[in-house]
Amino acid sequence: MRIALFITCVNDIAYPATGIAVTRILRRLGHTVDFPTGQTCCGQMHANTGYRAEAMPMVRNYVDVFDRYDAIVAPSGSCTAMIRDQYPRLHPPATSVAARTFELSELLVDVLGVTDVGAEFPETVTYHPTCHGLRMLRLGDRPLKLLRQVRGIRLVELGDAEECCGFGGTFALKNPAVSGAMLTDKCARVRETGARVLAAADNSCLAHIGGGLDRHRSGVRAMHYAEILAATGATS
Amino acid sequence: MNRPGVDRSGTGGAAAPATGSGRIRTPLPFPTAAKPAVADAQLRANLHRATRTIRAKRARVVDEVPDWEALRDAGSAIKADVQRRLPELLEQFEASATAAGATVHWARDAAEACRIVVALTRAAGADEVVKVKSMATQEIELNEALEAAGIAAYETDLAELIVQLGEDTPSHILVPAIHYNRAQIREIFQRRMPDAPPDLSDEPAALAEVARAHLRRRFLSARVAVSGANFAIADTGTLVVVESEGNGRMCLTLPETLISVVGVEKLLPTFTDLEVFLQLLPRSSTGERMNPYTSMWTGVTPNDGPQAVHVVLVDNGRSAVLADPVGRPALSCIRCSACLNVCPVYERAGGHAYGSVYPGPIGAILSPQLTGVADNASLPYASTLCGACYDVCPVKINIPEILVHLRQQAPHPVAEKATMRVLAWVMRSPRRWATALRLARVGAGPLGAYRERRSGARTLRRLPWPASAWTRSRDLPLPAPQTFREWWEKQ
Ligand code: SF4
Repeated sequence: MRIALFITCVNDIAYPATGIAVTRILRRLGHTVDFPTGQTCCGQMHANTGYRAEAMPMVRNYVDVFDRYDAIVAPSGSCTAMIRDQYPRLHPPATSVAARTFELSELLVDVLGVTDVGAEFPETVTYHPTCHGLRMLRLGDRPLKLLRQVRGIRLVELGDAEECCGFGGTFALKNPAVSGAMLTDKCARVRETGARVLAAADNSCLAHIGGGLDRHRSGVRAMHYAEILAATGATS
Repeated sequence: MNRPGVDRSGTGGAAAPATGSGRIRTPLPFPTAAKPAVADAQLRANLHRATRTIRAKRARVVDEVPDWEALRDAGSAIKADVQRRLPELLEQFEASATAAGATVHWARDAAEACRIVVALTRAAGADEVVKVKSMATQEIELNEALEAAGIAAYETDLAELIVQLGEDTPSHILVPAIHYNRAQIREIFQRRMPDAPPDLSDEPAALAEVARAHLRRRFLSARVAVSGANFAIADTGTLVVVESEGNGRMCLTLPETLISVVGVEKLLPTFTDLEVFLQLLPRSSTGERMNPYTSMWTGVTPNDGPQAVHVVLVDNGRSAVLADPVGRPALSCIRCSACLNVCPVYERAGGHAYGSVYPGPIGAILSPQLTGVADNASLPYASTLCGACYDVCPVKINIPEILVHLRQQAPHPVAEKATMRVLAWVMRSPRRWATALRLARVGAGPLGAYRERRSGARTLRRLPWPASAWTRSRDLPLPAPQTFREWWEKQ
C-alpha cells in the first residue's frame, strides 16, 4: 500500500524523531512510504484560534498535496482530528481526502490490521490519551493495543488519564495560570505512576507535559508512542 | 403589548436583534479573573472535591440507562424544533397560559423585565418577595432592582441563601455555593442569621435545620413569590420547576401572587415532550434518578395556590443567538451543569472567573452570544477544546464547535493578529515553509548546542515576553538539529 506521511509542522521542526519512527515502522511492515514535500501545516492553530480565513490556504494545500494517495498517516491525534472533523465543514472538496487520513494507531490497527509491529522497549511506560485522540477521533485503546505487544515493556496506568493536560494550543499562552494549574496536576499523576516514560499520540501535548516534567526535574521522559513502536531493544 | 424581537425567519433578518444586558458580561478578562482563584488553595480543593463527587455520581446513573444516547438525540431534536419555530410556539404559550388565567408579559431586556416585576410586586402591595432559585432572575439582576425599589428579596434555595447571606454571587449553576466548605457555611450563618444558635455545628444536617427554621418564617409571611421555570409548555400553558429541597414548592403554593420570569428559550412544544427532559435533567445535574420535587402550574386554580399568576417572557439577547445557525444550539441548554462538573478549566478557575451567571463551558458560549462577542471576547478562549463538555451534555450541544465559531468573531489583539498572519503567509507556501524551518533550525543551533553542553537538555528555561507565558510553567523544546524533511532528503 502506498502510504503518504503527513508529518505535521511541530514534528517537522522540533520532533523529527517521531516522523523517522513512523517511517521505520511502516517500512518494517513492508509498505512503501512517501513524504510529499509540498506539505506544510494542517491549519489547526489558525482555525482554532479564530483565524479561519488564514487557515484556508493551508487546508487547500493539504488537499492538493495528499489527494492522490490511498492512505495518509499523521502521528498526531489533534492534526488528524482537524483534518477529519473540521476540513469537510471548512472546505467540502476535502471530504474524501479527510476520510483517507488516519492517525498512526488507526492506520496500523484498522487499515493494516496489525497490533504487533515487532518492537522491543524494556521500560516502564504510562500512556496519556490526548483529548482530540480520545474524544474527536475516538481512538479508544488502539495505541494501547499496539503498546501491549511491545516486548519488554511494562505499562502502568495513569490516574485521571482522560483529563486534559492544559495545553490546548494557544490556550497555554492565553490562559497561563489555568494551564499551569492543569499541567501541575497532570505531572503529579504522571509521577505517581513511577513510570520512566510518558507516552502520547501528540507531540504538542508532550512538549507541554514534558516541559513541565523537565521543569521539575522529574526524570520522566516524554515520548511519542511511535518512537516506542519503532524501538528494537537498546533503550534509546 | 411589548414583544421581544424574535426573528421570525430564524435566519438572521435585516435588522440585527438587540443584545442582552444584566449579569452576563465579564468585568475582567477571563485569564485575569481566573488568576486569584487558581492561587486560592482552599477554593481549588473545594471545587476539586465537589466536581469530582458529582461527576462520578452522574456517570453511574447515566450508565444505568440503556437508551441514554437515544434520549440525548430526542432532547436535542425537540430543542432544535423549538428554535425553528419559536415565535409561533411563544404565541401558542401565551394563548394557552392566558386561557388558564395567567397574565403574560414580554420583556425585551433585563431592565424591562425588572421594571415589570417591580410594578407587579408594588401592585400586590408587598415590600418583600420570596424567591425560588432561578437563573433568569440572576441574569436580569432582579434582586438588585427590587432592592433599589425598596423591596426585599429572600432566596429560599439553601445554597442561594448561603450565597445571599455571604453577600457573594453564585459560582455554579446547580450548586451556587460550591466554592464554600462546611466550616465556611457555618461561619456565614452565624454572622448573618440572627436566629442561628451560638453553638451551631458544621454538620450538614444541623446547617440545613437552622436554614429551614429561618426560611419557614419567610414562607408564611410572604405575599409574593418570584420563580423561574425549567420548562414552559406551549400547548397547555404549563410551567415546570424541578428541584431538590421543596422550598420551591412552598413558594409556588403559599403566596397569593406568583411571578415567573422565564427565558423565551425554555419553551417545549407539547406536554409529552416533558417525558424526555424529566429523564435527562436529574441524572445529568444532581446524578439522581429522579429529582425529589417536580412542580407544575397552569394559570390559576380557584381557591388553590396563588390567585394571581404572571409570566414574564424574557428575550435579553436570545433573539440574537437564535439568528446565528451555528451558535443557536446554545439555547438548547437545560442548565443541568454537567458540563461545568467535567470541565478542567472550570475546576481550576471557579465560576466567578466567567463574570456571568452562566459559568463553565455553557457560559463560555452563551454569555458572548447574549452580549455580542466583542463584549465578552475572552470567554470563547476559556477552554482547551478538550471536548469533555460535549460528551456529557444531555442535549448534545457541540460546545467546542461553537467556541471555535465565536473565536472567529472575537476581536483579536493586534500583535497576535500580526504574528498569525505572518505565520499563515509562511505556512501556506511549501517553499517558504521549508526555508523557515531551515532558518529556525540554524538559528537555534548554537543555543541548542550550548544548552546540551551545560545540562544535557535541549530545552529553554526562561524566555522574555511573550514567550514567558510558556516558560513560566514549563521548559520549551528547541528545534532539533535536523528537521524531518532534511532527514528525508538525505536518506
Ligand atoms: S450546556 Fe449541556 S451540559 Fe452544560 S448545562 Fe447546558 S445542558 Fe447541561
